[in-house]
Amino acid sequence: MKYRYLLLRVLISLYLIVFACVVPSGGTPTATGTVIKIGLNAELTGSIPKVGKSCKQGAELAVKEVNDAGGLEVAGQKCKIQLFVEDNEDKADVSASVTQKLIAQRGVLAIVGPNASRNAIPASEIAESAKVPLIGPWPTNPKFTIDSKTGQPKKYAFRLMYLDSNQGIENAKFVKEEFNASKVAVLYDIGSEYNKGMADVFKKAFEELGGSVVAFEAYSSGDKDFASQLTKIKAANPDVIFFPNYYNEVSLQLQQAHKLGIKAIFMTTDASFSSEFLILGGKDVEGACLYSTFIADVASASPIAKKFIESYRAAYGEDPDDVAALTYDSFGVLFQAIQMVGKIDSQAVRDALATPHSYEGATGKTTFVGTGDPLKSIYWIQVKDGQFRAYIPKNYHP
Amino acid sequence: MSFFFQQLLNALQVGTMYALVSIGYTMVYGVLTMINFAHGDIFMVSSYFAFFFSIFFLRMTSHFPSFLVFPTIVLVTVILTSFLAIIIERLAYKPLGSASKFSAIITALSVGILLENLVLALIGPEPHQIPPLIPDVVYNLQGVAFSSFQVLILAVSFLCMYILDFIVYRTKVGMAMRAISFDKTVVPLMGVPVDRIIEVTFALGAAIAAVGGIIFGSVYSLDPYMGIRIGWWAFIAAVLGGIGNVRGAMIGGLILGGVEIFVVAYTTSAYRDFVAFAILLLLLVFRPTGILGKSQIKKV
Repeated sequence: MKYRYLLLRVLISLYLIVFACVVPSGGTPTATGTVIKIGLNAELTGSIPKVGKSCKQGAELAVKEVNDAGGLEVAGQKCKIQLFVEDNEDKADVSASVTQKLIAQRGVLAIVGPNASRNAIPASEIAESAKVPLIGPWPTNPKFTIDSKTGQPKKYAFRLMYLDSNQGIENAKFVKEEFNASKVAVLYDIGSEYNKGMADVFKKAFEELGGSVVAFEAYSSGDKDFASQLTKIKAANPDVIFFPNYYNEVSLQLQQAHKLGIKAIFMTTDASFSSEFLILGGKDVEGACLYSTFIADVASASPIAKKFIESYRAAYGEDPDDVAALTYDSFGVLFQAIQMVGKIDSQAVRDALATPHSYEGATGKTTFVGTGDPLKSIYWIQVKDGQFRAYIPKNYHP
Repeated sequence: MSFFFQQLLNALQVGTMYALVSIGYTMVYGVLTMINFAHGDIFMVSSYFAFFFSIFFLRMTSHFPSFLVFPTIVLVTVILTSFLAIIIERLAYKPLGSASKFSAIITALSVGILLENLVLALIGPEPHQIPPLIPDVVYNLQGVAFSSFQVLILAVSFLCMYILDFIVYRTKVGMAMRAISFDKTVVPLMGVPVDRIIEVTFALGAAIAAVGGIIFGSVYSLDPYMGIRIGWWAFIAAVLGGIGNVRGAMIGGLILGGVEIFVVAYTTSAYRDFVAFAILLLLLVFRPTGILGKSQIKKV
């Protein structure tokens, strides 16, 4: 019984392999010039359809802008971009199979997406074995760029997002320089991997910069009373308190800190970058600082970001979120890599992405250092008048 | 010194919360020798009642003097929660009759899960907070910060505990409850309506948990799963105080709150639950029936 469909399986595999070899990789010459095929693997349905929608819109905008300008100029020739959108249903197995489909049937040059790590990891493994570059706009899990079998970095997986650990280090630098802080306190959930990881990275980085962590207080997942820890923190009199927790807890923590009369600067992470944070926290989250990869705040945006926000608004009638901006930039990174090598070839594009270089886009500067994990510039954010507003650092220099 | 008093105030706040919820466990155990594991979720539903009433009454302030908002919300929430407890008792527990204790525990757990998922389906998983019901002013006395609302909730909690204590130990209904817990077979022969008294017990336990629910939803936040942690901790407080004994539950709640807060205050917070429960285990080793629980003591 185990071998019942063996013949069928072998035939299908053979078919796919032959198909993959026969279909020319990436570009198809046509009468009007070469077409560059790019796949998009997005969470259009499932539990996070908003992410999929933003991803698709960001992708379509990026492709439309290039095609409207006559195409991408590769080695003196204008090439149109053809986008193939596939829905991974926010399922790991579907994500793998649509990646397979994009590579084998569509013969794409490269793939952008998926966004959630749970979908991006299996997709990156397919891309790795097929030797097609895959750019994940949003995944944060280290496993996305690390081969689970060998423990070595993957060659064909790239992300546009920062790694949480890199971010923790940058955040410590920001706190130290921008607020001229010498004493900080941390309140974190000891039962959650993300929270504890961020707290540890921050503590280590801040101490390496010469600051001191005067209170490092833990609580358990599900706690709603932080008065005891906060009273201890108050007694230690820190300049800044760091809350690497989720928005529903941070809003309560800030509320209780204010009730105890704590006057420090409150710093949290991109896990608080949610409108729910503002609703739940009310006046208590006013002035709190956090960060993200992107914020649609035209007043402070760079010219590239401003142009992106305006054309996105014109096309879809809404503000772009971080996923839309990161997807848009993923295409920018890809187009730049194609132009760098001057040919439409998956291997060459991969090599270009792996060469140290940087890209200036809507989400700021993305610097590739030869691996799949880039260094990214960060948008610092502050809650002002009940809104998230870009925070322009005065003393901190990345 | 202000550090100690601030922590003492923190401990009082957490402790009264546990005390208010643990009373319900202990009372039901007293009359039915059954652990009502749905109690934490009844507490959760009461918090949602208070949330919706507060939104409703705060919109009505043009027709309604604002100082009456808080007492009105307490009153309607307490009444509604008591009715919910009576309905649950009639529909889920009474039909069990003399079935084994395990059936009762499984039923209670199922009722709890049902309530959680009902709230999840009807309202959703997002956390909410009850809007401020009285103008909240923060005072600072010698470095100890406390708010007007904190003073109010401590006063209300202790008042409610006093009223409950009075009902249980000074009224005929209370006497009937204590009599049932003493001997369930003889009491009906004396003309005590046992079924009615059991209902009153459920209602009273839910009523005092509802006071806790209002406070919890105002000071912290409410979500469909909030009853799980508070429920367990309150149950532990009830056991610590001597399950079946109302005064024991109050003392157990305050001790549990105190241990939780002072372990963080004077040792490292990372080991809070470990140290706190090690202390509680030691306590139970020396007093297996809890602080006020004696095998002969009059139970509720």
